[in-house]
Amino acid sequence: MTVRVQSDDFDIASEIEVLTQGRTDIGAVVTFTGRVRGSAGGRDLVSMTLEHYPGMTEVELEAVEADAHRRWPLQASLIIHRIGELRPGANIVLVVTASPHRHAAFQAAEFLMDYLKTRAPFWKKEVFTDGASAWVDARDSDDEALQRWQSIE
Amino acid sequence: MAHGPDITLRYFAWVREKAGRAEERVTLPAGIETVADVLIWLGTRGPEFEDAFRKPGLIRTAIDQRHVKPDTAIAGAREIAFFPPVTGG
Repeated sequence: MTVRVQSDDFDIASEIEVLTQGRTDIGAVVTFTGRVRGSAGGRDLVSMTLEHYPGMTEVELEAVEADAHRRWPLQASLIIHRIGELRPGANIVLVVTASPHRHAAFQAAEFLMDYLKTRAPFWKKEVFTDGASAWVDARDSDDEALQRWQSIE
Repeated sequence: MAHGPDITLRYFAWVREKAGRAEERVTLPAGIETVADVLIWLGTRGPEFEDAFRKPGLIRTAIDQRHVKPDTAIAGAREIAFFPPVTGG
């Protein structure tokens, strides 16, 4: 289990390599990458800035990761979340899960993203080409995504 | 044995921008027992805070870096943080 919060970009291939190196027991690796979209609400984006709560962020991400390991037979996992100013097309978040079979890896990756989006203390501010800027609002659909996991403890 | 500020308040995202600060040490007035009490008190601390805390229902809170609900008691808290619903990922 690994959690990293960083301003630097990440390389998916090398992260998978580190996670699986020397192991022949891992049968499935699932990755999810979140990226900055170039427009929001019909307006073009210049940048998106990620703010977070140092300390609490790591605690929350580690708790969510540990929860995933209790629910599924994961052999390894990784969460990387970037902070600071990001341009359209840039990577924001990487989740990697590894397990003997695919179902656990798929489900755990989705679970990690759903929990991360509603619990980890990150906030996004968008700056548009017309000079305006706005904090991104939380979505009700993210809370709803979370609820389906609560019915299958 | 009152001796100066005894708790750290932290603000994030638009709460930080509206309040005009990221962090401060304060002494809470007597009678403040819950997170909801703190939110109401913060709204009385001048125009910036009035603006930031006008709709306390929009603000989420953490005590010592753990999510808490408005009715949570603040006794023993070292750090209380106020922020909008999170939008990471």
